[in-house]
Amino acid sequence: MHETVEILQSEEVGKGVRTLRFEYHHKVSPGQFFMVWLPGVDEIPMSASYCEGRKGITVKDVGPATRSLCNLRSGDRIGIRGPYGHGYTLHDGRILAVGGGTGMASLLPAVEAIGDPSRVDVAIGARNVSELLFIDRAKAASKNVRTSTDDGTNGLKGTAVDLVADMLSKERYDLVLACGPEKMLFYLLPLLRKHNVRCELSLERYMKCGAGLCGSCALDEKRVCVDGPVFTGEQAQTMIDFGKFRRNEAGQQIKL
Amino acid sequence: MSSLQVDVAGVRLKNPTMLASGMVGETGGSLLSVAAAGAGALVTKSIGMEPRNGYGNPTLVELEDGYVNAMGLPGPGIDDFRTEMEVAKNGNVPIIGSIFASSAKDFALLSSKMEEYGASAVELNLSCPHAHGYGMEMGIDPEVVSAIVKECKDSVSIPVFAKLTPNTHRLVEVGRAVEKAGGDAVVAINTLKAMAISVEFRRPVLSNRFGGLSGPAVKPVGLRCVFDLYAALEIPVIGVGGIETWRDALEYIMAGASAVQIGSAIGRRGIGVFSEITTGLERYVEQDRCGNIQGLVGVAHEHA
Ligand SMILES: Cc1cc2nc3c(=O)[nH]c(=O)nc-3n(C[C@H](O)[C@H](O)[C@H](O)COP(=O)(O)OP(=O)(O)OC[C@H]3O[C@@H](n4cnc5c(N)ncnc54)[C@H](O)[C@@H]3O)c2cc1C
Ligand SMILES: Cc1cc2nc3c(=O)[nH]c(=O)nc-3n(C[C@H](O)[C@H](O)[C@H](O)COP(=O)(O)O)c2cc1C
Ligand code: FES
Repeated sequence: MHETVEILQSEEVGKGVRTLRFEYHHKVSPGQFFMVWLPGVDEIPMSASYCEGRKGITVKDVGPATRSLCNLRSGDRIGIRGPYGHGYTLHDGRILAVGGGTGMASLLPAVEAIGDPSRVDVAIGARNVSELLFIDRAKAASKNVRTSTDDGTNGLKGTAVDLVADMLSKERYDLVLACGPEKMLFYLLPLLRKHNVRCELSLERYMKCGAGLCGSCALDEKRVCVDGPVFTGEQAQTMIDFGKFRRNEAGQQIKL
Repeated sequence: MSSLQVDVAGVRLKNPTMLASGMVGETGGSLLSVAAAGAGALVTKSIGMEPRNGYGNPTLVELEDGYVNAMGLPGPGIDDFRTEMEVAKNGNVPIIGSIFASSAKDFALLSSKMEEYGASAVELNLSCPHAHGYGMEMGIDPEVVSAIVKECKDSVSIPVFAKLTPNTHRLVEVGRAVEKAGGDAVVAINTLKAMAISVEFRRPVLSNRFGGLSGPAVKPVGLRCVFDLYAALEIPVIGVGGIETWRDALEYIMAGASAVQIGSAIGRRGIGVFSEITTGLERYVEQDRCGNIQGLVGVAHEHA
């Protein structure tokens, strides 16, 4: 059953992107997600963007449910269930965190959990400067934060994958954590293989139950809600649908 | 013959556990994962004539001892399901095609498609408690049920199973109607019509308001239904409802189930539940004099 929580803070963190904070007294690991219920509107999956103390989600307005979430203010209430899924494993060694767009929401708690600014670098990509998320938060947790924008308004002009290629030519990493549009992850994977770097990728699929029952989040033989949403590069490598097909509400295959 | 092998209306299973309909079985890949996890057979998600989105979220409420769900029969429709069946067949485990429709004619058409796709049997969903015009609304009327089963039997040569609803006092009558119409087995039970209300928001949680209760909470009801059906019918009974352990499975088998289906436990316990149950059953059968699981079907009736 959902737990009802009160929004304690709603803050704009990028163009059309807001972070909502609330008290939810359950252990949440970086990379896990909640099912968020807006009575009368919808219930949708949202990554935890704050896992310690006051929990949080970071929402990009893309449709009816996310718009309603973005319109909430302090004192409004929503239903939360979860957290669900498997998050990132935070191994030893040098780590590079790569976030595209709202992918930063799931990634930042992992960067903070590493707890050593000299052990983790961060690459943040977006279409333009107004959509780059959590630069200050990343800088507080990492000594080396770099950005890229498609239009060159901030950092390297190019994609997050171009930025990672540049960083890999300068530094050696033991593990890459990445979350963002699937096409970005799809092109990131061969680059990391070429450099022989292990990775963990956070993936998305249409979710209904969120709890491993209904099968709507099927990605080949995996259920993204329980087997993921974070998968290893080796797992992604063997998935036929990865980077190519998603499924709609009816379970039909749709080209990505 | 291995000690767990069973024969249900001519369908040979390496063990008596089956995936229940609606759990992950909407795609070929996820059916394969359940085959790899050790299920003796796979029942697909109930598939209809057309693609359906199902109800809007929330579609699931998690309770201490079960779930209330109102998915609303989402699915790709029978035409797109061909490719999923092609993938699922690579699991080398019998596949039972579950179907739903609003007329006997459509049920028959879906049955023959499933046969064409390679299903080992079809399971008629006469029992979904929350889809308007489908399922339970038809499945509580023995005459309607009889007409549907007949039409399907005439259209296919594979066995036809009928999945029954517990939401009626006419359960045994409906079961008899299936048998008289030539049905090869009955499956009991589907979920119990139910709901959940948010006190804080003062409204039903499910977008459809009503849904179906499943999981350990329904096991005693399922057992009673299986017990009654076994006593009344000659055709095999397949038991489903709240099975999470080998002991739960044995309760159903002793009540009269020739095989069991596992649904909610996949969410509550994980996909490893199939091998946990079969390992437990194997150990039990080894220590038992009768030496195989089929010998235990219905033994609880000796004391009834
Ligand atoms: C594990 C996971 C974590 C996510 N984390 C975040 C996050 O931190 N921040 C964020 O802004 N977004 C996140 N999303 C995406 C977010 O769930 C969708 O943007 C949201 O559901 C859109 O709903 P809508 O009504 O606003 O838009 P719609 O117009 O309904 O849909 C817009 C897009 O979102 C997809 N979508 C709609 N409903 C769902 C659903 N139930 N499950 C999955 N996708 C759906 C649609 O397929 C469509 O592509 C996450 C998704 C998943 C699966
Ligand atoms: C999420 C969910 C979806 C279901 N979908 C179907 C379905 O499509 N067709 C069907 O015949 N039964 C469906 N059922 C009912 C199950 O197959 C089963 O009869 C019921 O859940 C009781 O078994 P369990 O306690 O092991 O879950 C569904 C149940 C759940 C929880
Ligand atoms: S969303 Fe239902 S199984 Fe993943």
